[in-house]
Amino acid sequence: MRYFSLIALILITFAAKAQTIEMADTMRSEGKIYVVIAVLGIILFGLIAYLISIDRKLSKVEKQVNS
Amino acid sequence: MRNWWKALTILLLFYTLIGGLLIPVPKQVILYESIRNLYFHVPMWFSMIFLFFMSVVYSVKGLSSNDLTHDTKAKELVNAGIIFGVLGTITGSIWAKYTWGAWWVNDVKLNGSAITMLIYLAYVVLRGSLDDEQKRARIAGVYNIFAFVLLLVFIGILPRMTDSLHPGNGGNPGFNNYDLDNNMKLVFYPAVVGWILLGWWIASIRIRISKLNQKLDE
Repeated sequence: MRYFSLIALILITFAAKAQTIEMADTMRSEGKIYVVIAVLGIILFGLIAYLISIDRKLSKVEKQVNS
Repeated sequence: MRNWWKALTILLLFYTLIGGLLIPVPKQVILYESIRNLYFHVPMWFSMIFLFFMSVVYSVKGLSSNDLTHDTKAKELVNAGIIFGVLGTITGSIWAKYTWGAWWVNDVKLNGSAITMLIYLAYVVLRGSLDDEQKRARIAGVYNIFAFVLLLVFIGILPRMTDSLHPGNGGNPGFNNYDLDNNMKLVFYPAVVGWILLGWWIASIRIRISKLNQKLDE
């Protein structure tokens, strides 16, 4: 716990310092391209998760039909 | 691990997305950042051609063996390939609007790919209109060989014989001549493999559903 509060304190100091220098964090830098990556990444993740679930359901039905 | 290639698909596609948007690209007038479309638009067509090629392989196998499961595989590979062709057409149209200035131009490559799509839609219609399984497999199989030859002519040969706006055709060099630098190859090749594997995955699911339906019909 001691270390945690120490690290937190250091992080807060750094964050405060960074804020006085620049108002951009990672997500707002580079023309906000990371926001696009997040959006497309979620879409791709969702579609692939859906594809995997279809694949699994199909395997189950195949087992039922073939047994 | 029987499904290792599915994990590879996911890995490659996420790499394509993140690397495709972040890794530096050559600065080109007119194209600007849209050059990154190369990682998404072009693999659509490569996937389509791959799926159609595998389809014709199964058609030949089916014709030489009279095994009807080959016909099922050929049909579902074409169905999956058409999806990729449609996506390739739409993405190409958007890209054309903002680089060439029009949604569609009367270019050999574009018209050739459109004709190819119609040829394959005709395959689906033709196959669907026949009831007798044996006859259907044979006629669809022969038509499929014919269709793939036309694909090679319309997408592969004719666009290279006349002037074309589309890169890689006529007097117009492809990206790989001097624009596709090493950074782009780093993303482009894995992207092609990833999208092709995704097409194969979708087609394999369609094939399995089709086989189940046949089993339930018996």
